[in-house]
Amino acid sequence: MAEPRVMDIKDQPGFRTIAVICLLVLYVPVLILMIFSLNSGSLVTHWEGVTLGWYGSAFLNEEFHAAARNTLIISVTATIVSTICATLAAIGMTRVKPWRGLAAAFMVINLPLMVPEIITAVATLSFFALIAGTLGLNFGIGNLILAHTVFCIPFAYMPIRARLEDMDLTLEYAAADLYATPWNAFRRITLPLLVPGIMSGAALAFIVSFDDFTITQLVAGPGQTTLPLYIWNQIRRPMTPEINAISTILLMVSILFVSVSFLIARRRAK
Amino acid sequence: MTTAALSSVPLSKAALFEAQAVKTSARRNRLLSLPALLIIGIFGVLPLIIICVYSFLVAAPYGGVQWQFSTDAYLNFLFQRDIFDDTLQFTPDFLIIYLRSFLFAVVTTVICLLLGFPTAYFMATRPPAQRNWWVLLITIPFWSNLLVRTLAIMFIIRDEGLINNALIGLGVIDKPITMLYTNFAIQLGLLYAFLPFMVLPLYSSLEKLDFRLVEAAYDLYATRRQVLWRVIIPLSKPGIIAGCLLVFIPALGAYVTPLILGGGVHLMIGDLIAQQFGSGRNWPLGCAQALILMAAVLVALFFYVRNTSGKVQHG
Repeated sequence: MAEPRVMDIKDQPGFRTIAVICLLVLYVPVLILMIFSLNSGSLVTHWEGVTLGWYGSAFLNEEFHAAARNTLIISVTATIVSTICATLAAIGMTRVKPWRGLAAAFMVINLPLMVPEIITAVATLSFFALIAGTLGLNFGIGNLILAHTVFCIPFAYMPIRARLEDMDLTLEYAAADLYATPWNAFRRITLPLLVPGIMSGAALAFIVSFDDFTITQLVAGPGQTTLPLYIWNQIRRPMTPEINAISTILLMVSILFVSVSFLIARRRAK
Repeated sequence: MTTAALSSVPLSKAALFEAQAVKTSARRNRLLSLPALLIIGIFGVLPLIIICVYSFLVAAPYGGVQWQFSTDAYLNFLFQRDIFDDTLQFTPDFLIIYLRSFLFAVVTTVICLLLGFPTAYFMATRPPAQRNWWVLLITIPFWSNLLVRTLAIMFIIRDEGLINNALIGLGVIDKPITMLYTNFAIQLGLLYAFLPFMVLPLYSSLEKLDFRLVEAAYDLYATRRQVLWRVIIPLSKPGIIAGCLLVFIPALGAYVTPLILGGGVHLMIGDLIAQQFGSGRNWPLGCAQALILMAAVLVALFFYVRNTSGKVQHG
């Protein structure tokens, strides 16, 4: 600042401009979508005035209620199950002697991240069709919960594992030195230190389940409409700003959970 | 604080022995991975095996399969059986959709890299407090609902959307330019969807960049351009490869973007596969198409593994 002529070795010409453009490109369309949820006109593209009416009509809408209920049942259950499984797996894969098959197990956990979503979707659909056809098994909305749990596990697993790897093992050894049983050492030392990782993982699992469209659309049976599916059904009809209002609500939920997960991770870094 | 203090104390031999004991007693911990492995194994891996089997079966008339061996699904990918003389005729329709998708994915990856690299570099060279804000701002779209974000693009490029309204209002054009349901719309949607997927891995690689090397290059009379191309970019190669992969794979299998912005007219692989399970009622064909896409993804992953494992030896 004091000497403007000094060259900053980190600078590259034009990079600032591109960065700002990227940020604008990412945010402007979404902000416009959000602003139009306040439009008092009934068209999604012509601005007439400010109203909160579309939020009101969304909250009074029975279909929206049903979709919100389904979404919450699925994503809350999938988040709880996947976070518990991911926590156990992260401990079972870091606090052990390397065992044969550890690399393979790691690949299995991360598999849902590597397979394109559309393939997972049709494979899951085929699977549930097969067990319904041969064994007569249909878990109803449980089908969706199971499908979601599968792809939530790796998202929950990543931050929990990172936290376990960063953790100072000396504390666990000290506990063992002081005759703590493995269970006590885990409950009193490891688990409390692990909580931020678990929360961050659960937040990510919740977002990916809450937002999922592709897999849900192919696997969902009748009456299993979730919020993203509800939006998709609305797109194919003449649209009102109610769709903007519902979209805004979905975005707000994502933003809330991302920020929570982000802040927890930041605190850890300090 | 206490943690840091403890870890700075060198472990004595006795403590190391103790550590070994803790690890050994924790051997049964491996069983803890079972629930996760079972769930993914049964509901994630088994379905993939099922579609491998399905791809060699015959389509049932109303969706589903008939248990009868056939390679028709794979033949149908490239050929069509003539109704009259039962000969196979080369029909490149599906192949064209695959090539189109590949092209879309490549263009998306390249443009995302051209925009994402400067952005990630700029972020990585900010002071720490500012850097956190930038990371949060890029992370939010990364995790935001893709359907809603695609919808936002749709609202902007519709005939009566913001761009057309603005251009007509300014008198630049008198009839709206058709952008929705075109290749342009899909390309724009893919770029918009996957840009954060490029920026974040690039950033985490550039953040660790050792700027003493940049300084050394300047000391040796390198120009800014030379520093960028011969120091910074080669050093961030792992991030570039990871970013390209994170954009390329989901872009190749994109489903939501072409569904909404292509309007069912301009297909990509994702929609093609879904179609066989819907109106197409040809599950084996859909399974075969999915497996061909999977093969393409595995090739991409193979290059990734080969490139990164080479990198480890250098570094």
